[in-house]
Amino acid sequence: MKGYIHSLESFGTVDGPGVRFVVFFQGCPMRCLYCHNPDSWAIHGGTEMEAQDILDKMLRNLPFYETGGITVTGGEPLLQLDFLIELFTLAKKKGIHTTLDTSGILFDKSSTERYDALMEVCDLVMLDIKHMDEQEHIHLTGSSNKHVFDFMEYLKQKKKSVWVRHVIVPNITYKQDQLKALGTYLKGFDNVERVEVLPYHTMGVVKYQALGDEYPLKDTPALTKEDAHKALEIINSTRFI
Amino acid sequence: MREEWNGFNGGDWETSINVRDFIQQNYTPYDGDGSFLAGPTKATLDLWNMVSELKKQEIENGGVLDMDTNIISTITSHGAGYLDKDKEQIVGLQTDKPLKRALQPYGGIRIAMQACQKNGYEVDPGLVEFFTEHRKTHNAGVFDVYTPEMRKCRSSHIITGLPDGYGRGRIIGDYRRVALYGIDRLIDNKEYQKSSTRTTMRSDVIREREELSEQIKALSMLKKLGEIYGCDISKPAKTLKEATQWLYFAYLAAVKEQNGAAMSLGRTSTFLDIYAERDLKAGIITEQEAQEIIDHFIMKLRLVCFARTPDYNALFAGDPTWVTESIGGVGIDGRHLVTKMSFRYLNTLNNIGAAPEPNLTVLWSTQLPQAFKDFCAKISIVHHAVQYENDDLMRPLHGDDYGIACCVSSMRIGKEMQFFGARANLAKCLLYAINGGRDEITGEQVGPEYRAVEGEYLDYEDVMSKFKAMMTWLSKVYVNALNIIHYMHDKYSYERLQMALHDRQVKRWFATGIAGFSVVADSLSAIKYAKVKVVRNEKGIVTDYITEGDFPKFGNDDDRVDSIAKEVLHTFVKMLRQNSTYRDGVITTSILTITSNVSYGKNTGSTPDGRKYGEAFAPGANPMHGRDTNGAVASMASVAKIPFMDSQDGISNTFTIVPSALGKEEEEQRRNLVALLDGYTKKGGFHLNVNVFDRELLLDAQKHPEKYPQLTIRVSGYAVNFIKLTKEQQDEVISRTFHCCI
Repeated sequence: MKGYIHSLESFGTVDGPGVRFVVFFQGCPMRCLYCHNPDSWAIHGGTEMEAQDILDKMLRNLPFYETGGITVTGGEPLLQLDFLIELFTLAKKKGIHTTLDTSGILFDKSSTERYDALMEVCDLVMLDIKHMDEQEHIHLTGSSNKHVFDFMEYLKQKKKSVWVRHVIVPNITYKQDQLKALGTYLKGFDNVERVEVLPYHTMGVVKYQALGDEYPLKDTPALTKEDAHKALEIINSTRFI
Repeated sequence: MREEWNGFNGGDWETSINVRDFIQQNYTPYDGDGSFLAGPTKATLDLWNMVSELKKQEIENGGVLDMDTNIISTITSHGAGYLDKDKEQIVGLQTDKPLKRALQPYGGIRIAMQACQKNGYEVDPGLVEFFTEHRKTHNAGVFDVYTPEMRKCRSSHIITGLPDGYGRGRIIGDYRRVALYGIDRLIDNKEYQKSSTRTTMRSDVIREREELSEQIKALSMLKKLGEIYGCDISKPAKTLKEATQWLYFAYLAAVKEQNGAAMSLGRTSTFLDIYAERDLKAGIITEQEAQEIIDHFIMKLRLVCFARTPDYNALFAGDPTWVTESIGGVGIDGRHLVTKMSFRYLNTLNNIGAAPEPNLTVLWSTQLPQAFKDFCAKISIVHHAVQYENDDLMRPLHGDDYGIACCVSSMRIGKEMQFFGARANLAKCLLYAINGGRDEITGEQVGPEYRAVEGEYLDYEDVMSKFKAMMTWLSKVYVNALNIIHYMHDKYSYERLQMALHDRQVKRWFATGIAGFSVVADSLSAIKYAKVKVVRNEKGIVTDYITEGDFPKFGNDDDRVDSIAKEVLHTFVKMLRQNSTYRDGVITTSILTITSNVSYGKNTGSTPDGRKYGEAFAPGANPMHGRDTNGAVASMASVAKIPFMDSQDGISNTFTIVPSALGKEEEEQRRNLVALLDGYTKKGGFHLNVNVFDRELLLDAQKHPEKYPQLTIRVSGYAVNFIKLTKEQQDEVISRTFHCCI
């Protein structure tokens, strides 16, 4: 089947282990204030591509990906769940390591059949936890974080490897109590192999200009590497007590 | 066995001149990491401070510190010169003072004069008269014979950079032979060769006997050079220090005689490691002392310099000498050739900082030990001064004792040499095809007066057939110009010392080259997949193009355009090979521009790919700036498709990535770089320059050069000191594709 693809990156090194072929899915239900890819929001934008054609582009250069694999990110990949399952199924048939980078926002615990199928062909989930506080989460993304936590529980139950990602934004997530809460929350998850903090950057601004939209965080400065490191320490201070 | 060889395993190398056999019988592969390495000694740092100070003065002086104007450089022309005699482990300078540039008029007196004049010096008028009136030079010889057509091709820049006024270089003497055997044995060997030539005096036999006589003279002079510095190099070296010194004297003699474009060193590290291992075992030296010897040796190589003209610098920017040293690789018996000395050579970058020379080249194989791969990646990320070339591709052709001359030219050490042949501008050739041989800038009829394209829009089949006809013409003029050049170089500026360190039977590669490779591929792709409308000037010459619609671009792993690139190369090489060559040289070609991609671009009109008149080409085989938009792997995959056997003299690819795009943590960055190099090697990629830095670093260095005296970056087959580039060249480097993450 065909999926809506925003773009492909043949040399990804920051979205999962090793050198990765990164597929950016088009379409996202969230509207995060700090989103640096607003051009990936529209559901039916991008290019329509067959799963096999995408994979073929990777397969022809397989020697580059021996330490890594394929990563699907977005947009929100779970918007095209069936297509995602097909792509990962094809990849697994070739023995390729698969990583899903998602917000988990679309997960519905009352109906998990398709997710069970996805988990069969997905090796690693990189789950983006946007904010621990529900109200703040709604303010930041436009949706509640309930489904994200449900998805975390589901992944735990499935014993699926998870890397948690957390964007650190001054005044929004760069707060002691919020970060401590995240650390405490993560204590309960043995399947979380890594926590990555991503310092907020302002590289998305030009895309908003190109789209003619106002940039929502125009007064928020980028976070320094040092502050990102501090944030991680705060998370770890409650996570590893 | 001779006493100097005590402790070595014997073999064929004892009875015949066979350095490879000596290495194979004696070397110790090293699988460990760099933790054994020693830092710099105080003497090393003191000496390096002196060199840094001199280099600073040189830049302040406008690029040259001092020049000889009345001593013709020969192997023995100067007395001993030192930095600080008491501190130097390895001695020897080209002239009497460090960074004083020698006078080397045999390539051409006019060029030697220009090089002096442009830097505020005058060559002794007596010498000028002598080399003008009484003793012909290489340059004069070539211009006596050039046809009017060849001259036109030169001045219109469809063929540029021909070594008709400067030394051709790219010949690597087997400098190790001097250390292993001593001069006397090498002279005996050459005397034997001379005594056993054929005896009917036809011109080839006469030439052989004359060349052997010259070689023997050069070896005797080399022995004298040792004596000038108080060393008896008539006999084999006994220690690591002697072996390094003997080897360096041999190399020094070569650069005293020849101002060659590329004066490469060869493949010396594993050879010297055998001496280091013997001395370490015997307790004669410590690791610290071994590193000090190598640090001082490398420092001497960094001092090598030549008198050159502004024209030359425009083509080959940053004052390069291409003291290329090939490190690593794998042997044909399957053992890798990495030794502790491979690490020590690379460690000089840590000990005395980054520098463009020597041009450290790692012969990469997927079978190299993991610890060495990691070490290389670490060095590349920190110093961006190393290039990688695919040993798995070259080993089947050259065995396991070849080296790289210049940037990407492979040859078996002491057994093969190359006639260097610069490059033809295929982008301009395409424009000649469109304009029926008329130059798009001057309007002059340079090529044959074939039928120009007609009508408003370009048709792929029509342009391709015209392009092939024009390439046939170009290949013939080009190879014949080179025939003249190499004939005259042998006659008037023969590399006697370097050839004395070769076997009797030498295979000669006849190198040609291509510039504008990705411009041609993209232009033809535009004609085929988009609509290209021509714009003619009042003389009816097509001077610009309007491209309607999108088209596949080289560097995105798109076979539609990559196959065009391959077809153009294959066609051109086939045409080149149909010409006869001087001394039966075997034709090869390279896709390598050095930094001439800037000046080629300047001299080439607008092209159908949308590149405007004057804009720089991409360097080497690189995709055009910013057109490779699918990431580094896709970009490399396109370049890796170019078949080595069609471009056996090398396919240069310069890769620049910002650190954060290589991974988050240092260890990840190293691992990912190794994965990239392994992947490129497996895909058949030939060469990769690796730069890891942000564009902002270069912009800052452009603004504040004083803060970056040692900033070294890889450009095209070699490295340069960034601040030595012209503004124009710096801008071109800054405008290249920087692979980064979104």
